[in-house]
Amino acid sequence: MSVKKTVLSPNKLNRRNFLKAAAVTSSTAALAACGSKEAREEFLQRDFRSLSQDQIAKVLQRLETQYEREYGVKFTVSAKEPIPETFFGYALDISRCIGCRKCVYACVEENNQTLEPQMHWIQVLEMEKEKGVDFLHSNLYYDHEEVPHEGHFYLPVQCQQCKNPPCVKACPVGATWATEDGIVVVDYNWCIGCRSCMAACPYGARHYNWGKIQLEAENINPDTHYLGNRPRYKGAVEKCTFCIQRVREGRYPKCVEVCPVGARKFGNLLDKDSEIRYILENKRVLILKEELNTQPKFYYFYGT
Amino acid sequence: MKKFGLATGFIAVFLVSFLFSPRMLAQQDIQVPPPPLSEDFFPCMECHADMDPNPERRVLEEFHDDIELAHDEENRWCMDCHDAENRNMLHSASGELIKFEESYKLCGQCHGPKLRDWKAGIHGRRTGMWNGQKEYLLCAHCHNPHSPRYESMKPEPAPLKPGKIK
Amino acid sequence: MKFIRFLKESFQIVIRGSKRYYLWLAFLFILILWGGSGYILQLKQGLLVTNMRDSVSWGFYIGNFTFLVGVAAAAIMLVIPAYIYNWKPLKEVVIFGELLAISAVIMCILFVIVDVGNPLRLWHMVPLIGKLNIPASLLGWDSLVLSLYFLLNVVVVSYLLNTLFYKREINNSKLTPLILLSIPIAIGIHTVTAFLYNGFAGRPYWNSALLAPKFLASAFCSGPAVLIILFQILKKTTTFEIKQEAIWKIAELMAYAMFINLFFFGAEVFKEVYSNTEHLVHLKYLFIGVGENRDIVMYGWLSLIISVIAFLLFLIPATRKNVVTLNIGAILIWMGVYIEKGIALLTPGFTPDTLGQIYIYRPSAIEVKVSVAIFAIGFLIFTMMTKIAIAIIFEDFNIDSLRRKKALPAES
Repeated sequence: MSVKKTVLSPNKLNRRNFLKAAAVTSSTAALAACGSKEAREEFLQRDFRSLSQDQIAKVLQRLETQYEREYGVKFTVSAKEPIPETFFGYALDISRCIGCRKCVYACVEENNQTLEPQMHWIQVLEMEKEKGVDFLHSNLYYDHEEVPHEGHFYLPVQCQQCKNPPCVKACPVGATWATEDGIVVVDYNWCIGCRSCMAACPYGARHYNWGKIQLEAENINPDTHYLGNRPRYKGAVEKCTFCIQRVREGRYPKCVEVCPVGARKFGNLLDKDSEIRYILENKRVLILKEELNTQPKFYYFYGT
Repeated sequence: MKKFGLATGFIAVFLVSFLFSPRMLAQQDIQVPPPPLSEDFFPCMECHADMDPNPERRVLEEFHDDIELAHDEENRWCMDCHDAENRNMLHSASGELIKFEESYKLCGQCHGPKLRDWKAGIHGRRTGMWNGQKEYLLCAHCHNPHSPRYESMKPEPAPLKPGKIK
Repeated sequence: MKFIRFLKESFQIVIRGSKRYYLWLAFLFILILWGGSGYILQLKQGLLVTNMRDSVSWGFYIGNFTFLVGVAAAAIMLVIPAYIYNWKPLKEVVIFGELLAISAVIMCILFVIVDVGNPLRLWHMVPLIGKLNIPASLLGWDSLVLSLYFLLNVVVVSYLLNTLFYKREINNSKLTPLILLSIPIAIGIHTVTAFLYNGFAGRPYWNSALLAPKFLASAFCSGPAVLIILFQILKKTTTFEIKQEAIWKIAELMAYAMFINLFFFGAEVFKEVYSNTEHLVHLKYLFIGVGENRDIVMYGWLSLIISVIAFLLFLIPATRKNVVTLNIGAILIWMGVYIEKGIALLTPGFTPDTLGQIYIYRPSAIEVKVSVAIFAIGFLIFTMMTKIAIAIIFEDFNIDSLRRKKALPAES
């Protein structure tokens, strides 16, 4: 009898504890599902592409209040649509880039990337001149007193904005897609965080919020776009959007403007007078991993 | 930085130059900030007006001694670009006077393809609107005319290795 | 109504048992709690508590998922001979294979849930309610076929046990189509899971047409290996019975499957080594290491060597029919495939990453904890379902015996 008791009681206890643990877990769900109105709205929010204009307006308003509460800064979240007749392209002059990483950090600030855990949308790879574009022998973590380092050149890699994006195919919930103006975007509120797109991307361009994001209030960029630089969430994927919040206003992406050597070029592929078309016409360009048929709109060229 | 400094009359005053109202280039709808001239030395004629031009290749000792000419230096000397009569101006190979504000015309004499790329917005940094007003920089904003090779710099810190991201 | 009665009576079976049974349950509950605490931490702090990072963005969870999909798929290993060839000795153990499949699929689903950053948003994947991205997304397809396979097995098993409980005749015209359907779906879950990796053109290590066939071959080894071990345990600890020839038959089939698995592996190695392109680097990472990084080399060789030993043990009739060597073989196969799917398949595919950078991934303590909890949940479910099945098949637990029991006290 006593034996049975000692065996049974921890068992019972365990079951009770387990139920408790299960309750904690499911209460998170319950909280989101039927807690505050805001949380409920957030939980039940549809994917961006199936929202009506009214619904989008409501979502943007909710986000602005949330962000202000959380970061103590007044945000504007826009959902500005593509400028008609635009299809963006980018070109980077490999003969110019000196590997200074100014773009990396300007991008972090412009796009409110989390500082801790650290995230960089732009990866500058140092490559040996002798080997050419060779990822296996490249170094992302070079740390010289001065750049460019002898015998090396630099290849910054960010989202290549593919016309045939493997990441979009991989997403099980359609949380990422290519917009009309040619930007591959993510709906951070629809992404379930399965990271299929990261496995699919051949350019390491997709980044995951492994933890809660941390921003410095004084360095926050409060001018944001829903599909771009608004603060993101733990457990969602993000990536370069050509600075959608800037380019849909007609401005250059941030990395273009800060590059001290002017290696970065951007423009409308549909406009034959644009800088990007001039490059395609007058320079010879290359794309990364062309054998994968991803058809990037991010070109590399040798300006000299 | 030293050789690019005081005595040349060219100083990289990027920040200041951005504040000044940009002026339109004659033929094109492109804007440039004022040339990076040093207030200490410009206008040049303040000193040079009373001096006889000396076209001799020599070691500069009293003034401009920090200029290190590394720009086809075997074939060139000051007066090839600076106008002997009017030191406030540059001059082209054909003797035509060129303002410092339009120095790209001088550079373009030798660097024709670069000038073409620059005008198209391909060589050099652009800021502003991809579909509208752009700001250009003059050649001299990035390249010291006397020693035009782009200088190396300290890179920003390397990203953390994945194992260090906590 | 009758089915509810069956469930109620089955529940009685589940909550009553020997001291050893309770101890086992207590042990599983402790593991679930211990691991569950890890998951709660992960929910709070995000997947930062794992050692996955952008460079290696899938790890131990998805490795376990992949292994278990194989285990689940392998139920067909038993179904095919049992039903198609009507081979008697196997028929009665089929049901245990299906119970294993159900438990394995549940574990699979749990491994996906813990790997996902926003589990609350999983409703986005539900067809019609959310926005399942098929036909484009392989993970979309995978979730679909896994759910289907799960439902199918639940239906088949409930029908079988319910019918046996009420001592009725099994209606083969209803059951056979379902069982036949479960065969392509079982192949489907493993094929689709292989395609999930296979479809990434930017990951040359997986982008080989041999991947899906290799997945199936290894599943035909690992699934039955798990079953053989479980059958031995059940035989020792319960009234479960199985004919020795059934186990030998399974072992023989496993030897063929292992041969095919090893042959495919050899073909892959030849292609990579002989052509010696930069894609060889992933295989190098697994078997000799790249530069200083020799972290998983040990596992690469371990998996290969024990798979070969197990193959030999199962190939030779004498060792196949000897209980000791049979069990050693089964454990070795299980280990071999587990390492292959959990470590040798996943990590080298991500290392070096698409930009050529190397991050040495090994699971964090939290990942191990959470995985242990999921395995404990799977074992718990399997234990309970098996207890019911054993009671019905071997212990005269049915409607008649219950009536007799009820009648007895009234008489005395």
